Amino acid sequence: MFGYVTRRVLSAIPVALIAVTACFFILRLAPGGPFDGERALPPTTLANLRAHYNLDLPLIQQYFIYVSRLLQGDFGPSMVYNDFTVAQMLWIGLPFTLTLGLSAFVIGTLVGLVAGALSAVNQNKWPDYLLVMIVVIGLVVPNFLMAAILQLVFGVYLNWVPAGGWQSGSIPHLVLPITVLVLPHAGRTARLMRGSMIEVLSTNYVRTAKSKGLGQRLILARHAIKPALLPVVSYLGPGLSYLLTGSLVVEQIFALPGIGRYFISAALNRDYGLVLGTTILYMFVILAVNLLVDILYAWLDPKVRYS
Amino acid sequence: MAGITGKDAVLTEYAHRLETLDAPKGRSLTQDAVRRLVRNKAAVLSVFVVGFIIIFAFAGPYFLPWTYDKIDWSGIRKPPNFEAGHYAGTDQNGRDMLARIMQGTQMSLIVAGVATLVSVIIGVIYGAVAGYFGGRVDAVMMRFVDIMYALPYILFVIILVVIFGRNPVLLFVGIGFLEWLTMARIVRGQTMSIKQREFVEAAKAGGAKPWTIIFRHIVPNLTGPVVIYATLTVPEIILTESFLSYLGLGVQEPQTSLGTLISFGAPVAETLPWMLIGPAVVLVSLLLCLTYIGDGLRDALDPKDR
Repeated sequence: MFGYVTRRVLSAIPVALIAVTACFFILRLAPGGPFDGERALPPTTLANLRAHYNLDLPLIQQYFIYVSRLLQGDFGPSMVYNDFTVAQMLWIGLPFTLTLGLSAFVIGTLVGLVAGALSAVNQNKWPDYLLVMIVVIGLVVPNFLMAAILQLVFGVYLNWVPAGGWQSGSIPHLVLPITVLVLPHAGRTARLMRGSMIEVLSTNYVRTAKSKGLGQRLILARHAIKPALLPVVSYLGPGLSYLLTGSLVVEQIFALPGIGRYFISAALNRDYGLVLGTTILYMFVILAVNLLVDILYAWLDPKVRYS
Repeated sequence: MAGITGKDAVLTEYAHRLETLDAPKGRSLTQDAVRRLVRNKAAVLSVFVVGFIIIFAFAGPYFLPWTYDKIDWSGIRKPPNFEAGHYAGTDQNGRDMLARIMQGTQMSLIVAGVATLVSVIIGVIYGAVAGYFGGRVDAVMMRFVDIMYALPYILFVIILVVIFGRNPVLLFVGIGFLEWLTMARIVRGQTMSIKQREFVEAAKAGGAKPWTIIFRHIVPNLTGPVVIYATLTVPEIILTESFLSYLGLGVQEPQTSLGTLISFGAPVAETLPWMLIGPAVVLVSLLLCLTYIGDGLRDALDPKDR
């Protein structure tokens, strides 16, 4: 087990490196730079600025400087928000994004699992139809539209919860953004869970369990749930990736101070440091979750060997 | 040849069939699939709704008094008004909302079509090559797919779109590049089972080159799953496009897409509700119906769930 985990961790390193490299060069090879303002800067000022941020060095050299700094945990300076380094900005935003993203992830996964299992057990009866319909709505309504509708209905017309803002993470301010993130994630999870549960319930060993007189609860708890979880678990990695993408929009709509909030404007302004930093941070979170998922998978599925 | 009564005709035909050794046939897989699809009422209804939306988007503008970029100075921010010909109201610039919704739907449909094509082409070729050659090639190629799966890919697309300007062609291609991963995985799995079959062996024995085998013998046999997942990809792509448009990274004014319309409608929905309701209804019904069609096709063609 220990060897397996070590190998997985080691294999994540080249992945991270490839992604950082790709991101760095795509961003740099693009036309435009961080100092193309409305008003052209005097040439000497521009040259000084470029020298300050090492932009005058050859690209390859810049790349090695960036990577070696990154390995020391230094994300470099932000080129647009002069008073902050990228690490500071990300450090401020990270708690918000993590609170939002991880709570939505946990709630969404649990809701999805329960809904999917309920729907599979009651296949083709009314609870199934009702759940499937809710799931489909959660899946097809895009998050920005769902956010707008929820803001209007619950924030403005009914005035139950605040329509935006953060206020040091008070629960009412979190209800709407988390709901918006939970719905599609729960929907996808529920769909997968329903499908795999139906498949498991029609297997021979479940029939055997039934024929020897086990009650439904025991069958579910002992025989059905664990194998049915497999496809769901393998979806968790991509699922988190979707969810974090969604948080980009949700942070903008609800005016939350997370790390996704500045991403678009940073990309538009060619704030190299901030764009790279945000992407790398998202990537590390996702790689870490993928790692956990792989370990969980190996535990759930005896067919996966630790080799 | 045919008799006077119906009975004669039937009997003659039957006799004729027996003569030519053309015994009554079993149903083919495709016929089976079509029958199952037709029995799925939600899917059939969805096909009609999607057809209607396509006609609405492409033929609709010819029946309207206003075009999507024409400004009506006497009707700015007006609710639906039938006398002036603004059947769904006007926006803050006095442009007819119905015409804009039609243009936006057109744009979303075109993006979906082109991007799906791109993703299908990349996914099928990539998956077929990985599955056919197997071994180390397969391991490397699929490891790459795993990597791409794990990355916050939309961030890359945002970077790409921002960098190369808001060129619609790039938008199509970029989104296509985003969605081929699942297709590649499915195609790879299918290819691995198809390449064990006798006709591939026969082709090999006949001296066909690997690429010929892939394109002449394997790819045509992938039609079923590819069609299913292409149908399921279309709503995903419409969602991605509207997401990018919502962030202001999509098509440029005065052209519009459903995501752009919603992004303009959402902040003013309290006072000008018609600016949000129209595009939202079209987008959601389009996505809903496409999802139902995809599911229906999968149920009809996938032998596992029968």
